[in-house]
Amino acid sequence: MHPAPSVILFTALSGLGFGLLAWLGIGRPDVTGWVAFVFFFIAYALAVGGLVASTFHLGNPKNALKAFSQWRSSWLSREAVLSVAALITMGLYAIGTVFLGVQWSALGVIGAALSLLTVFATSMIYAQLETVPRWNHPITSALFLALSIAGGALLAGQVTAAIVLLLLAGGVQVAAWWLGDGRFAKRGSTMETATGLGFIGKVRLFEPPHTGGNYLLTEMVYVVGRKHAARLRVIALLCMSLVPAILLMLSHSHVVALIAVLSHLTGVFAARWLFFAEAEHVVGLYYGKR
Amino acid sequence: MTDLPDKTDRKLGLVIDLDTCVGCHACVISCKGWNTENYGVPLSDQDPYGGTPSGTFLNRVHSFEVQPDQGAAQTVHFPKSCLHCDDAPCVTVCPTGASYKRAEDGIVLVNEDACIGCGLCAWACPYGARELDRAAGVMKKCTLCVDRIYNENLPQEDRLPACVRTCPAGARHFGDLGDPDSAVSQLVADRGGMDLMPELGTRPVNKYLPPRPKDTGGEIDILAPLLAPVAEEPKGFLGWLDKTLERL
Repeated sequence: MHPAPSVILFTALSGLGFGLLAWLGIGRPDVTGWVAFVFFFIAYALAVGGLVASTFHLGNPKNALKAFSQWRSSWLSREAVLSVAALITMGLYAIGTVFLGVQWSALGVIGAALSLLTVFATSMIYAQLETVPRWNHPITSALFLALSIAGGALLAGQVTAAIVLLLLAGGVQVAAWWLGDGRFAKRGSTMETATGLGFIGKVRLFEPPHTGGNYLLTEMVYVVGRKHAARLRVIALLCMSLVPAILLMLSHSHVVALIAVLSHLTGVFAARWLFFAEAEHVVGLYYGKR
Repeated sequence: MTDLPDKTDRKLGLVIDLDTCVGCHACVISCKGWNTENYGVPLSDQDPYGGTPSGTFLNRVHSFEVQPDQGAAQTVHFPKSCLHCDDAPCVTVCPTGASYKRAEDGIVLVNEDACIGCGLCAWACPYGARELDRAAGVMKKCTLCVDRIYNENLPQEDRLPACVRTCPAGARHFGDLGDPDSAVSQLVADRGGMDLMPELGTRPVNKYLPPRPKDTGGEIDILAPLLAPVAEEPKGFLGWLDKTLERL
């Protein structure tokens, strides 16, 4: 799948933003006034920034409001509805903590739940696709949620929780790669099932339908850069999980925390790039590619 | 709503004969011609006369080579367009309701006025039947020529999808696959019509008729044994020449 920068930014940043909102919703850190304002500002900048980035890959964004209508069947629509619900609920909670100095804890818990549900809906946009076997597994949702909660803990300054959760998220990432590598073969789609010609023999592409490229090939048969996948996995895992966890064990200063956050973000971007670049769509079989 | 209808009254679709298709691409051209001038926005091309031409097509013909365990390989031309699946995954993923399957005849369509061009339906389709038009930014797909098949301004013989109407080999058939007595259903039953990627559970309406068995080689003619060489060993002058040359 084509790793569009807008979608990588969207899933990585909004995941982090909603993760932080979830921690703020349960009162960790227990802050009010200006300190709370800074935390909420960061959370909203990430969550809303990510959502805005996601609209950049739309071909026809003028109809974007219609995307709130199909929540009964579409995960993308559910994500739109849940994200707005989470942002409004947490906005009301933020008004209480920042300006009135009170924490409406019930409202906060609801907002936290909605924030995590938004991340879950984002993950289901990918996990629902039977056409992309690597994604079509519950581990995709586990990975998105683990990264969101761990990154949120890091931003929320929950040092002990962050160390544990960052290492846990790294573990989920390794499991996702390990499971994902065998998913395409397990799904059983081959050029023979794609064409129905397997009863005659082995199928290979003789001539593609056209000499140039097309939308399907650029969007769904992205093979560029997969050769560096193994190296990128190591970089992603180190930056995203191990380096920030070790940094937090060594020191609790703001500078170290900032380096840990930047390292984590770099790692998440690399991992998310791989998430798309390594995902193989079954339509590639009609082009003799994976 | 982008929920799929529980059942459709009819199942209009195509039956494509892989035994008959000659791979001429006439269906590709007639499809592009009709659909760029009629329903929805035109099917745009990018850099059509330059070095990297590409464009939006609703129907494309692939060619495959199939190699049996024994005997000669065989070329199969393979037209591919929307299969108007009963369990169309492209419909349920749509966030705006632009993508829908009609309850009356089972045709899967895109309402371009509601499409945001997110491309998720194209991701959900295993068959590559949907292409985002790069100029208009909305999703395009086969409409089964919904603006021809019910069009009373056209003569009766033209009320067929453009690809079916134009196919010079008679490899494409159109009809109601929900009616077991229809000509297309009979054809599917007689020839063992098959689904593409059945393991994905999309339950396509369109069916493909497999190529008929080919000659396997071996004896070319029953008279062939009679044409065997009469003299295995050269005699006379040729025999002398053969021996002399071997001795040299």
